[in-house]
Amino acid sequence: MRKFLNGPWILLMPTLIILTCVVLLPLLLSLWTSFTPFKLTKPDTLYRFVGFRNYERLIGDLDFWIAFGRTVLFLAIALNLELVFGLGIALLINKITYGQRTLRTLMMFPMMFSPILVGFQWKYIFNDNIGLMNNFLREFGVIQPIPWLVDGILANVSIMAAEIWSSTSVFAILLLAGLLGIPKDPIEAAKVDGCNSWQVFKNITLPFLMPFVFIAMTIRSLDVARAYDIVQMMTGGGPAKRTELLWTLISRTGYVDAKMGMANAMSYISIFLSIAFTFFFFYKLVEARQRLSYE
Amino acid sequence: MNKKQINNILIWFSAIILIILIMTPGLWVVLTAFRPQVDVMAKPAVWIPRNLNLIQFETMLFGGSEGSMGRSPIPVLSYLRNSLIISFTSTFIAVLVGTIGGYGFARHNFKHKNKYFLLIMLTRTIPGISLSLPIFIIFSKIGLIDTHIGIILVFVALNIPFTIWLTDGFFRQIPRAMSEVAMTDGCTKLQAFWHIELPLSRSGIASAGIFAFLISWNEYALVSNLARSTDSKTLTVGLMDFTAQFTINWPGMCALAVFIIIPALILTFMVQKHLVTGLTFGGVKG
Repeated sequence: MRKFLNGPWILLMPTLIILTCVVLLPLLLSLWTSFTPFKLTKPDTLYRFVGFRNYERLIGDLDFWIAFGRTVLFLAIALNLELVFGLGIALLINKITYGQRTLRTLMMFPMMFSPILVGFQWKYIFNDNIGLMNNFLREFGVIQPIPWLVDGILANVSIMAAEIWSSTSVFAILLLAGLLGIPKDPIEAAKVDGCNSWQVFKNITLPFLMPFVFIAMTIRSLDVARAYDIVQMMTGGGPAKRTELLWTLISRTGYVDAKMGMANAMSYISIFLSIAFTFFFFYKLVEARQRLSYE
Repeated sequence: MNKKQINNILIWFSAIILIILIMTPGLWVVLTAFRPQVDVMAKPAVWIPRNLNLIQFETMLFGGSEGSMGRSPIPVLSYLRNSLIISFTSTFIAVLVGTIGGYGFARHNFKHKNKYFLLIMLTRTIPGISLSLPIFIIFSKIGLIDTHIGIILVFVALNIPFTIWLTDGFFRQIPRAMSEVAMTDGCTKLQAFWHIELPLSRSGIASAGIFAFLISWNEYALVSNLARSTDSKTLTVGLMDFTAQFTINWPGMCALAVFIIIPALILTFMVQKHLVTGLTFGGVKG
């Protein structure tokens, strides 16, 4: 007993109890539900086991796979663009000596916006009638309003713009922290030896920055699902499912169509997707850290 | 002009473009909140702001006055109250539980420590909407749907992992020797924690608290499904309801948006220094 009181477990007990009750048990229920035809309107169906029927149906469901593919594609494009823009911004701010702190603070502006606000603000900007975008274009003679949030491709581009606006700063701030921490000696030595700035960047700056890239990616991949809030606000997954992501599809299936069993099956797939993303970047982080300490 | 000067001008030019891109969307929303409806709807657009007023805020807070567009369709004050109650309570509990947990991770070595740490972090990965489905089923069985307690409980679980991540890092920065000296001088472990480690990590814990508050304040996916009425709906859900109204009142919605952003703005500026150090040292030093 005394050993228990002095050990770590008593300190971790509250955390473990809460996480078990609010996350673990619900996930187990969710797993069970995904093997039943549970509908909110028919409570009895929660106790009927149908095996993998929901998952089998999902495999043959084209709507699901389109949403799934769109989600993966969306994340791949958004995360890469955010990284590239973030790196560019970090390098730019790193070059500025006067007013660097102010710039860094301004850069954090988008981080204060909740996803629902980000969605709202871009819904307003891309509004075809009175939005900033169309009003601006009108001044340059584009009289015919562009249906930003109605057209399939444009709507996805608009959502992507909102997503990138809101998350690029996370990359910029973290990469800037990395840049500021790079020792100056090796860079100067390389310059004396006749390296040009691209060679310095590629051989010295980038390897040093890599752990920070993966920290940013890991932190970012923890909340990729915040895109749900943005999409829900901007288009609701519509029009005609043109911007449907996995998460909006889950929400529609579970709450609007009341097909909880099916929605839980989908949500298990989305959970694995999120965990896979996080694991991938965390693994890369550990690897980059080790490589850095070897050298 | 030499090459260096041209370079400097280019750098500043891109920095200014960047700031415009970052600031415009938010500022446009803030500006709209103060503009009359006619100007917002005008075609061609009215670019120079005029007749700025506080009508939207009056409508929102006092239920409409002369010259406004009538009653606000959203009971903003109830939503504000819910947001404050839920965010403050859940932050308090999450920081309490998370700090204790973070201390446990920082000061004790045990088997599979890193695996437990990763497992706790992974609970944060689960998309809110996926988690909301089973919680909805459970809560509707035990009557916690549309209650403060239910939503607070979920938010506490949401915030604990991140609090542990941050406080663990802050505690590890404090040399172990300090509390060991205190303990040889006759302090108990709890006294050493209370008099030495806790005061030293105060700023870290405060920033963890602000993070937790912001996450709760900004959360949408979970509340939107667990809250059903004015009893527990928060401001973010209110904004969504507002946009779903039949008549579109853009200045009104922007006023509500300003309402949501102001606390977040102030708090983020307060923690911005800890934000970067807190997030990076946990990752780099391992």
